[in-house]
Amino acid sequence: MKVLAIIPAYNEEASLPVVLREMSNHAGGVDCLVINDGSKDRTAETARAVGVGVVSHPVNLGAGAAAQTGFRYALRRGYDIVIQIDADGQHDPRDIPSLLRALENEGVDAAIGSRFLEDRGYRPTRMRSVGMSFFNGLATILTGQRVTDSTSCFRALKRPVFKFFAEMDYPTDFQDADLRVLMKRAGFRVQEVAVSMRPRLGGRSFINGIVPAYYVFKVSLSILVTLLREAPRLRRE
Amino acid sequence: MNIRVQILAVMIGLGILVTILELIRKRKLREEYSVLWFATAIGILVLSLWFPLLEWLTALLGVVWPATTLFLFGLIFLVLISLHFSIKVSRLTDQVKDLAQEAALLSEEVSRFRAQSAVPEARPDTSSSNS
Repeated sequence: MKVLAIIPAYNEEASLPVVLREMSNHAGGVDCLVINDGSKDRTAETARAVGVGVVSHPVNLGAGAAAQTGFRYALRRGYDIVIQIDADGQHDPRDIPSLLRALENEGVDAAIGSRFLEDRGYRPTRMRSVGMSFFNGLATILTGQRVTDSTSCFRALKRPVFKFFAEMDYPTDFQDADLRVLMKRAGFRVQEVAVSMRPRLGGRSFINGIVPAYYVFKVSLSILVTLLREAPRLRRE
Repeated sequence: MNIRVQILAVMIGLGILVTILELIRKRKLREEYSVLWFATAIGILVLSLWFPLLEWLTALLGVVWPATTLFLFGLIFLVLISLHFSIKVSRLTDQVKDLAQEAALLSEEVSRFRAQSAVPEARPDTSSSNS
């Protein structure tokens, strides 16, 4: 099984070395690819310095687009599984084995890390918590499956799933509840796996200022049109 | 309709028409983006010169003043033009994203092959050229 960890990064020179070191310590046998989304700092050089593959967008395209570049890379290079992990250190590479174990189950196409499946001490701010509950509830109703962490991008995907993401009109910014609804409509089976969440090591979240209002609007709209569109039909390889 | 309003409307229509033609002549505007602009200019001209049509439309819409009908149609066309541009910009955004992703993937592939065959890089660092 060829496994690739994709690490979308935008101005993450501070946290990236730590994440990459943890990856080699706790997820040996997994290739790493940093997708540098037009960073203005030394993100790409930092990754190259430790011998990790880097794909650099010539301009900033957004977190979703960076993930999609990773899916396209994995598709071309013949990987079987893609692990997506944040570059800011919030996701703990020690959780990768449990994500991969969930995929060993024949019926599971995607394993998604959840901060809320078990209480591991993560406490979001009040505003954030309200928004998360709203989308978790919505995703739970629409997928008919308990969704506890729809915003999580810490996940392991089997080839049919990341092939689908690589070829579809993947969101360029937020990757949220709309994707959970879409995956359900495409017929993929998703399993949540309990993971720990840590405070970010550096850099800043792109969800701040006016963005939360736009975020709620955009994801809601995206869910609505996902439901209005015909269910996606998957092309076999 | 007041003759001065009519003259103004004809001038606006002609102004748009001439400007669009001139922009296309200078290759500053592509033909495919000019269609709605021509429609707007010709619509304004027809409505301001063919008074019975304007009166009929005014009565149909229940508007009091014929000039209002004229400006209403101008406004509708401007909304259509903006919508047309929003659609085009969305498509361009998708295309730019795909191109940038492809460029990123190909450039990674080139540097990987270079490293394998030990061909020296043409430039010391390509990624710093845009920063």
